[in-house]
Amino acid sequence: MPPDVSTPMLELKNLHVAYGQIQAVKGIDIALHTGELVSLIGANGAGKTTTLNAIAGTLPIASGDLIYDGARINNLPAHLRVHRGLALVPEGRGIFTRLTVEENLRMGAYVRHHRSERAQIEIDMQRVFEMLPRVKERLKQVAGTLSGGEQQMLAIGRALLSRPRLLLLDEPSMGLAPLFVEKIFEVVQSIVREGVTVLLVEQNANLALKFSQRAYVMDGGCITLSGTGEALLHDPKVRSAYLGEVNAE
Amino acid sequence: METLLQQIINGLVVGSMYALVALGYTMVYGILGLINFAHGDILMIGALVALQAITFAQHTWPHLGALPTLAFGLVVAVPVSMLMGYVIERAAYRRLRNAPRLAPLITAIGVSFLLQTIAMIVWGRNYYSFPQLISTTPLQPVKGVYIAPVQIVILIVSAVLMAALIVLVNKTRIGRAMRATAENHRIASLMGVDANAIISLTFVIGSGLAAIAGVMIASNYGIAHSTMGTLPGLKAFTAAVLGGIGNLGGAMLGGILLGLVESIGAGYIEQFSFGFFNSSYQDIFAFVILGVVLVFRPTGLLGERVADRA
Repeated sequence: MPPDVSTPMLELKNLHVAYGQIQAVKGIDIALHTGELVSLIGANGAGKTTTLNAIAGTLPIASGDLIYDGARINNLPAHLRVHRGLALVPEGRGIFTRLTVEENLRMGAYVRHHRSERAQIEIDMQRVFEMLPRVKERLKQVAGTLSGGEQQMLAIGRALLSRPRLLLLDEPSMGLAPLFVEKIFEVVQSIVREGVTVLLVEQNANLALKFSQRAYVMDGGCITLSGTGEALLHDPKVRSAYLGEVNAE
Repeated sequence: METLLQQIINGLVVGSMYALVALGYTMVYGILGLINFAHGDILMIGALVALQAITFAQHTWPHLGALPTLAFGLVVAVPVSMLMGYVIERAAYRRLRNAPRLAPLITAIGVSFLLQTIAMIVWGRNYYSFPQLISTTPLQPVKGVYIAPVQIVILIVSAVLMAALIVLVNKTRIGRAMRATAENHRIASLMGVDANAIISLTFVIGSGLAAIAGVMIASNYGIAHSTMGTLPGLKAFTAAVLGGIGNLGGAMLGGILLGLVESIGAGYIEQFSFGFFNSSYQDIFAFVILGVVLVFRPTGLLGERVADRA
């Protein structure tokens, strides 16, 4: 479906985020339209994770505006943002290691507590099992026993169970074997196909740009470049800085 | 043999009361990493509020009967104590959530003094006799072994409450949210859980259990006063550490074990110390256990994580 350009689903306007005295995000502008897959790339410490945490509400916004679905949500508590269809798969996965795999998934569906949702939750659980084939026989196992890749899949599956309209993914491929990285990207694409808007933070800029409609490049807390994934993929500056090419020219 | 059996019964009764109080310590520790030293005083508030309500009921409805009168006392005391637990967390602990660990600990001790002082202002420093609405006249199911109806009620009510808590925490959506929040507040909030509400709920449940334990203790010993929460509070804390603080099953196990050790110890201490100590030294056991556990197994019997915070 073509991206809807008229009204952005999510808009960051001159957004600043700070840890005490230290400014981590220094006035960035980002807009996401319904149905898009947009990635945010950049070096370590560029402020990508900080940006996602500010959108999800686990970090306070110092100044600027965060607009979601036409409403300013700067001060909306994180848990209420989930109720509005905004979900974050945090860096490091954030699995509840002492809960079972099934309990982790059910925590994902925590916001859907109405009785009428029960049947649909079970259907959605089945779909997560299809996505994570090895999870089903390990439902009663404590989630801390899963491998890194399985935990990442579980984290994504868990976030999907909240039925998000906007999904924020923080470094989903970090520390994973190449086979899992490929699989994660397949899953991300299928999520986008279903109409979920995705903002992806990735170290693997090559893959991220290949799959994204648009991308932003972040450096030192600012957006330094933006454009279509295709254009950035061929941008000499991006190639030398983030795609590991020694010298493009 | 009768002596041992008798001490086991006494130990189970005392131990189940410790267990109820220990659950409050361990739940709060599990979710906040805080030792709520004011928890024992919630027990005292529960007992004294119940006493006030029971006295009122006895004057107002003299023909109400013993059990409805006691029930009225609980119906008043439990919500008052729950409210107290809620207010304490809201007013004293919440703003210290990100403070160094020592600050909330000292605050908890301060809250404990505050509650005792409030109780002294309201009720004075007198020891009140607590109406024993359930009979304390011992029955003799086996020759030479005695158990009073009040003790039977304490055992049953404790068992039911603990079972209910286990079901709540392990089988319900709210319980799942409690365990998730205990593991990581931030990630729980990313699931849509209002972590503050879950923490409040933890205090409310713990305080309710403490109030019931307070009424049990007052009913069993027939006495209530403004400092009655201190010793059971410390012992329940010991029980929670013994079982592994932060672990619900551990608090139950620790409470029962502590009750048994104390009671059996008190039964035999005179014999084994050749008359040097007598049963009035029974409180010594709890603190010896606390010391030994902290030195040799700080994680407690069922705990996995080292309690590395104050």
